[in-house]
Amino acid sequence: MSDEHGTGTGEDVQGGVQPVGMQRKGLFGAADSGDTSGFGGLVQATPLGAEVVSTAEPLGGYFDEILAALRELLGEDVVRAVVVDRGELTVYIAPDRTEDVCRVMRDDESLRFELCNSVSGVDYPDRRNRLHVVYHLTSMTYRRRVRLETAVGLDNPVVHSVTSVYPTADWQERETWDMFGVVFEGHPHLTRILMPDDWEGHPQRKDYPLGGIAVEYKGAHIPPPDERRSYK
Amino acid sequence: MTTTEHGSDAYAAERDTTEGRVYTVTGGDWDELVASVDPVSEERLIVNLGPQHPSTHGVLRLVCELEGETVRSVRPIVGYLHTGIEKNMEYRTWVQGTTFVTRADYLAPIFNETAYCLAVEKLLGIEVPGRADVIRVIMMELNRISSHLVALATTGMELGALSMMIYGFRDREYILDIFEAVCGLRMNMAYVRPGGVAQDLPPGGIEKIREFTEYMPKGLADYEGLLTGNAIWQERTQGVGYLDVSGCLALGVTGPVLRSAGLPWDLRKTMPYCGYDEYDFEVPTHNGADAWARYLVRLDEIRESLKIIRQGLDRLEPGPVMVEDKKIAWPAQLALGGDGMGNSLNHIRHIMSQSMEALIHHFKLVTEGFRVPAGQVYAAVEAPRGELGIHAVSDGGTRPFRIHMREPSFVNLQAIPALAEGGLLADVIAGGASLDPVMGGCDR
Repeated sequence: MSDEHGTGTGEDVQGGVQPVGMQRKGLFGAADSGDTSGFGGLVQATPLGAEVVSTAEPLGGYFDEILAALRELLGEDVVRAVVVDRGELTVYIAPDRTEDVCRVMRDDESLRFELCNSVSGVDYPDRRNRLHVVYHLTSMTYRRRVRLETAVGLDNPVVHSVTSVYPTADWQERETWDMFGVVFEGHPHLTRILMPDDWEGHPQRKDYPLGGIAVEYKGAHIPPPDERRSYK
Repeated sequence: MTTTEHGSDAYAAERDTTEGRVYTVTGGDWDELVASVDPVSEERLIVNLGPQHPSTHGVLRLVCELEGETVRSVRPIVGYLHTGIEKNMEYRTWVQGTTFVTRADYLAPIFNETAYCLAVEKLLGIEVPGRADVIRVIMMELNRISSHLVALATTGMELGALSMMIYGFRDREYILDIFEAVCGLRMNMAYVRPGGVAQDLPPGGIEKIREFTEYMPKGLADYEGLLTGNAIWQERTQGVGYLDVSGCLALGVTGPVLRSAGLPWDLRKTMPYCGYDEYDFEVPTHNGADAWARYLVRLDEIRESLKIIRQGLDRLEPGPVMVEDKKIAWPAQLALGGDGMGNSLNHIRHIMSQSMEALIHHFKLVTEGFRVPAGQVYAAVEAPRGELGIHAVSDGGTRPFRIHMREPSFVNLQAIPALAEGGLLADVIAGGASLDPVMGGCDR
């Protein structure tokens, strides 16, 4: 998938977060007619195609404590990147370490993230490891939140299931499989949950069309939402 | 329901077919052997409850394995109301997103909108005016009451207390009338917008809400008179649908169900938003961890919500209800007319006949929308069913790159097997109703 978008900027490690450089042209969505907008020559880098840059440490607050505890218990290399943005901590980890990290996050006395709020996916089509799985954890003891993120490519979209640590992840991992096609290794029964069992494809992927039909209103045809002319 | 034919030959006969000779594997003493290992296996029934069933709280399907009246296993099956709200939002502007999230959990639209708007505002790095925050709080608490009233009403209906259903829906109608007066719509209002709320409270709105806060305690007394001392109600709910704190945490269950098990975890207190830390209210808890405790917690939460609404009304000060930034404040101006909410005639006059720039600006804002800086945030509110979280990702464009709703109904429904297995079939309904799932939110 990624080769057509250019060359990678970093080593292509499974689970790494190195995205691939990507540009987009113009300002409008329509490309089926000549440029009447004057913006056809505009070339912009897509922000989500840019490299994930770790925030310089120390990060301040409880963020440093969490990182120190993770590194001490699981080794220096467990944290692949750290981003602090808008007061929220995102820790990037390898897809085969999710279970270990969650177990430590839940059980260690200095961390105590008892509640796994949410497991979901994000598809970044411009990145080499385009399928991201995002975990939001809450520590009720310390009233803290943290976000764990891991990334896998389409060729081997396997992430370790955290259901043995957080049983609540059961349905949410099924939803992430259903919507994004991420395989959770160790999940007791990874089946579709929102879509019918015999559905083909994973609807929340960016290359999956929205669908819909054109509507006629007083002689004018209004195309479905994903085919309308729109801004980029 | 297999029967062994003990006819002339205890063993099955072989048959000749066009496929060749066929041996059947029934016969002999195998049925006796199986029966001696599991004496009740033949009496196990698989019963499908739903997806179209009046007592499953919407299009929820429960596959129950029954042994007599005892439930041996329950498998909840969801997804019948999946409408692709999250996917659809990726093709609409950030402001249009409000109209999509509001339709997820249709009994708590204001919460969906507020959680979404808090996420968008966090991405934008803006703060809404104080008056907008207070209005949001008032509307959320009114919505919490209306949602809890539906919970009480439908639980009552499912357990045979039909008067409670009539009372609950009657009093909810009062709140929906207030919503209609404020937003022009009873449900799915898209009233809370990124940057504030769509419009200020209408003339007479405050008085209408105040009247309601005076009326509601009488309603609460009615419900308690109907249900709390009612022996049937107690029998049907006490000790039913038990789920303790560790079970709740393992299954991610939040909201009244978690508080009914004794843990006072309420995001309004523990991780305040919209200025909730400035209001004086209690977090009701109970130690029953059963359907009865959830009923009592919901009643108490209605009382606390009334307290918050009264404080909010006192706290309202004149001021704007939308951020000053005209690049974000969309819709430009709306007015409430006799036929609902519509364009303000003053605004139309301004853009159509006074200022060309205003027209261009209006056009840009409506067709293109505003750009949101790239990044991702998670914003959560305490919805009537528990933590409602929005994970929003922006690529710097005018449309959400990804919105994920952490829906309390979806997460809480996982607890149905833990609540119901080993109990009676009738208690599946009582236990499920005490979770108060809304399938529109669950399936999104």
